Amino acid sequence: MATMDEMYQTLIIEHDRSPRNFKALEAPTHHAEGRNPLCGDEVSLDLRLDADGRIAEVGFQGQGCAVSKASASMMTTAIQGKTVDEAMALFDSFHAMLTGKTADKEILGKLKAFEGLAVYPMRVKCATMAWHVLKESLGASRES
Amino acid sequence: MSSVRAEFPIFSRTSRGKPLTYLDSGATTQKPQVVIDAELGFYEGWNANIHRGVYEFSERATMAYDGTRDTVAEFLGGVRADEIVFVRGTTEAINLVAHSYLKPKMTPGATVLVTEMEHHANIIPWQLVGATLKAIPVTDAGELDLQAAERMLGEGPLLLAVTHVSNTLGTINPIAELAAMAKRHGVPVLVDGAQAVGHFPVDLTTLGVDFYCFSGHKLFGPTGVGVLWGRHELLEAMPPFQGGGDMIDRVTFERSTFAASPQRFEAGTPNIAGVIGLDAAIRWLSAQDRPALERLDAELLAAGYEMLEQVPGLRFIARPASQVGVLTFTMDGAHPHDIASILDSEGVCIRAGHHCTQPLHARFGVPASARASFGPYTTEQDLLTLTRGLLKVRELFG
Repeated sequence: MATMDEMYQTLIIEHDRSPRNFKALEAPTHHAEGRNPLCGDEVSLDLRLDADGRIAEVGFQGQGCAVSKASASMMTTAIQGKTVDEAMALFDSFHAMLTGKTADKEILGKLKAFEGLAVYPMRVKCATMAWHVLKESLGASRES
Repeated sequence: MSSVRAEFPIFSRTSRGKPLTYLDSGATTQKPQVVIDAELGFYEGWNANIHRGVYEFSERATMAYDGTRDTVAEFLGGVRADEIVFVRGTTEAINLVAHSYLKPKMTPGATVLVTEMEHHANIIPWQLVGATLKAIPVTDAGELDLQAAERMLGEGPLLLAVTHVSNTLGTINPIAELAAMAKRHGVPVLVDGAQAVGHFPVDLTTLGVDFYCFSGHKLFGPTGVGVLWGRHELLEAMPPFQGGGDMIDRVTFERSTFAASPQRFEAGTPNIAGVIGLDAAIRWLSAQDRPALERLDAELLAAGYEMLEQVPGLRFIARPASQVGVLTFTMDGAHPHDIASILDSEGVCIRAGHHCTQPLHARFGVPASARASFGPYTTEQDLLTLTRGLLKVRELFG
């Protein structure tokens, strides 16, 4: 499992410097925002679902630490093309992995790189914030 | 290695497998062995509740608890022991004053004058009792604008609530001068001394303020215990803060009357072990060569500024002329939480975030900062390790 140093070296800084899908969408079907009042991190997420209910396009914006930015960036690439249920399964596995519960790590793919963060509980919330925003954006739409 | 450091057992431990480099004394100080022994000794040897039993242990606990008022009164320059109220900490002390002193005086639109550098604990309690806040501005150097203070004190606030030392910048505010100014305008003064009392002696017989509060855990004592000092005539005129045992005179279902201060403000079984630990902490600190500790703090601060200036892209938030050992900064391209995580992997403990001073961070246009704060056990080696860690951050974030 990667140490904090290794996670920074191999993953976090690269995505912090050049985050993927760092943009607002022109015609999002779903949107949510999240904020961590303890550290001031903010993330705003846009999704566009196609007629089949797949995530066709995703964009995020915000400010925060490199961990939160890298996690949001990798989340956007991981959920692209997924159905809402598939994206929620990723949420559950990612969340379980970082909170020390039994997780289906196979489906996580590259997201497994965050596994080492589980031993730094103070930073876990940085990595899960974007995912909570994703869940909120999709959950809100399902009710409507 | 200073002899002071040897009295703190925690420094024989490692953090993340590295020697402990503790630079977060602004959040909480480490505890000398005598403080740990005092709390342990009470629980192991003579634990009992106070003000209740006539048996030996209860008597002894009562004597130790109430006797600590004498220790604190002397520590604060020789004030009256019955002006010492034990609370959970600085936060509870301020809430107590807000509810018992300010609230009964509140009128629509009444203001409390604070400063831009206040900790949230010296902001929220006043808002909760309905006060409108006005804030004395902070200059680019991280100091209070005293001309503005003079003008704003003339605008009729009910109270001036000001920190003695900024928890974020380390600025030592000119409290005696502010108190004299406030007195000319007839404004009472509360001082948040949480960051001050561990760094330099405070004499409340000459400072000219009305309320002063601090926490035990920032003074090498336990968490969950603190002190509110208030002028006797003010405390005597204030209604209780919380109701319960130990604060009463006589209780009936029709009405109850209350004990005199300070007991009136100490409802319920207090943190007895904490107060005993606080007594040990104050005795320990008072026995130190305090001018020497102040000189050491100043020397390390100068050395720290010099070392950190060599780190490319590092910016200090402000650099006050008079301050305690605190270095607060940002780094280009690296968020404070990432700085703190990378330092953590080197065993270096610092604080990252807004340090409960969001308005001050807004004033300086940054959402968060990194803070290294010193204690009497801090060494030049700690600062070298910090600097090496920050150069690694620089290397990673390029």
